[in-house]
Amino acid sequence: MVTIGKYFVFLGYLFTRREKLSVYWRRFMEEAVNIGVNSVFIVSIVSTFIGAVSCIQTAYNLVSPFIPVSTVALIVRDMEILELAPTITCIVLAGKVGSNIAGELGTMRITEQVDALEVMGINSASYLVLPKVVAAMVTFPMLVILAAFLGILGGYLAGTLTGVITPKDYVLGIRDAFVPYNIFFMCVKPFVFGFLISTISSYQGYYTKGGALEVGQSSTQAVTNSCIAILVADYLLAQLFL
Amino acid sequence: MIELKDVAKAFNGNEVLKGVSATLKKGETNLIIGGSGTGKSVLLKCIIGLIKPDRGQILYDGRDFYRCDDEEKQAIRREMGVLFQGGALFDSKTVEQNVRFPLDMLTNQSEAEKQERVQFCLQRVGLEKAGDRMPSEISGGMKKRVGIARAIVMNPKYLFCDEPNSGLDPLTAVKIDELIQEITEEFQITTLVITHDMNSVMEIGKNVIFLYKGLKLWEGDNTTLTHTNVPELNEFIFANKLLRDQAPKGLS
Repeated sequence: MVTIGKYFVFLGYLFTRREKLSVYWRRFMEEAVNIGVNSVFIVSIVSTFIGAVSCIQTAYNLVSPFIPVSTVALIVRDMEILELAPTITCIVLAGKVGSNIAGELGTMRITEQVDALEVMGINSASYLVLPKVVAAMVTFPMLVILAAFLGILGGYLAGTLTGVITPKDYVLGIRDAFVPYNIFFMCVKPFVFGFLISTISSYQGYYTKGGALEVGQSSTQAVTNSCIAILVADYLLAQLFL
Repeated sequence: MIELKDVAKAFNGNEVLKGVSATLKKGETNLIIGGSGTGKSVLLKCIIGLIKPDRGQILYDGRDFYRCDDEEKQAIRREMGVLFQGGALFDSKTVEQNVRFPLDMLTNQSEAEKQERVQFCLQRVGLEKAGDRMPSEISGGMKKRVGIARAIVMNPKYLFCDEPNSGLDPLTAVKIDELIQEITEEFQITTLVITHDMNSVMEIGKNVIFLYKGLKLWEGDNTTLTHTNVPELNEFIFANKLLRDQAPKGLS
């Protein structure tokens, strides 16, 4: 409970004693590149293969002659949009971005860089963390949209190249019974997950005490806690929005 | 001038500072010396506002740091320059960007004014040609000098140096000491150096404060330091072999 309380107090610090807007804009752009652009490669690889595997495994399980083959594409699409693209992508990002944030802030803490900011009269939490949080909340939905597109494309490639489904059936399937609201739901999830990953990881890094060993522990803790938070939030969002 | 009045701090019931009072004089290099674990760094952190003392006052030219409002506290902070033990340079910024950082964050100076000021500070510490290098590409001594340049870029009234010589070879250490001394006298700054390096003490110690187990046991200058009858201080000083021949009888 103390930790949760400290976490909320930490969130409060982010919005007190703010710096100039131009400073935040510069920092936001830096963080958007670090968090968003630098994650495109891993997100692309993971989502393409997940889409491909989903297609093959769905086709493997759908052997009934009463179910049209295009259903494989429909299932891949809905799985990607509702769960795989937002949740799996964000779990991957929790590992990549979360550990990076905690490691960076932890190192800055133990090498007195955070103290240096404080004695200059700069709110170190706000200056260092707020741009990361905003950048994560802005770039994660973009990465998830990319992941959903590549996942469905991966399913198409795997399905058509192996002869599991024809291109025509696949396109028919992904256009069948499409619910636009699901896209909105898909974009809400990474928005929330981005906030959770960036704040939890920043909290872990910002309050690191000790040396290199503790920085490693903070990174591990950041990833673990972020993943748990994602799964809990995933369930709550599904209950709330669906 | 900075006045410390009965500054005390405890962590989990362990009293690290037991009521330290001292006056840090303007235009002089004030040194706090003492062995490891005597409370030097905690005292420094209390003075620069990183740790709030449990009791006591810290007065910056009469302004009580822990009792003034946020605005005045910020104003005092902007009059401080701090050289941290490891330099505390921002890894992602070049030497020049590190020195320029306080100007970018805290002033509305024009680009030309900032450039001029940064070049002046880098020149003052002898690093005018290292502006483009990253902190990871420079030596420990250079990092300290960049730290000093960053500390003086805002024209501070108070300069704080935490173990400025730690990890440096004796020659570089002397150069850093001389630089601190020169800057202090040139800009009439109130400088506080935390150290346990006796060479520094003998070199620049105009006003030396000896801390022992959280208490101030002695205060004086480097000329009287070796002639005291404080056993704890003598034990600390004459642990250095080079000074042992100056020790009072019975101690060496």
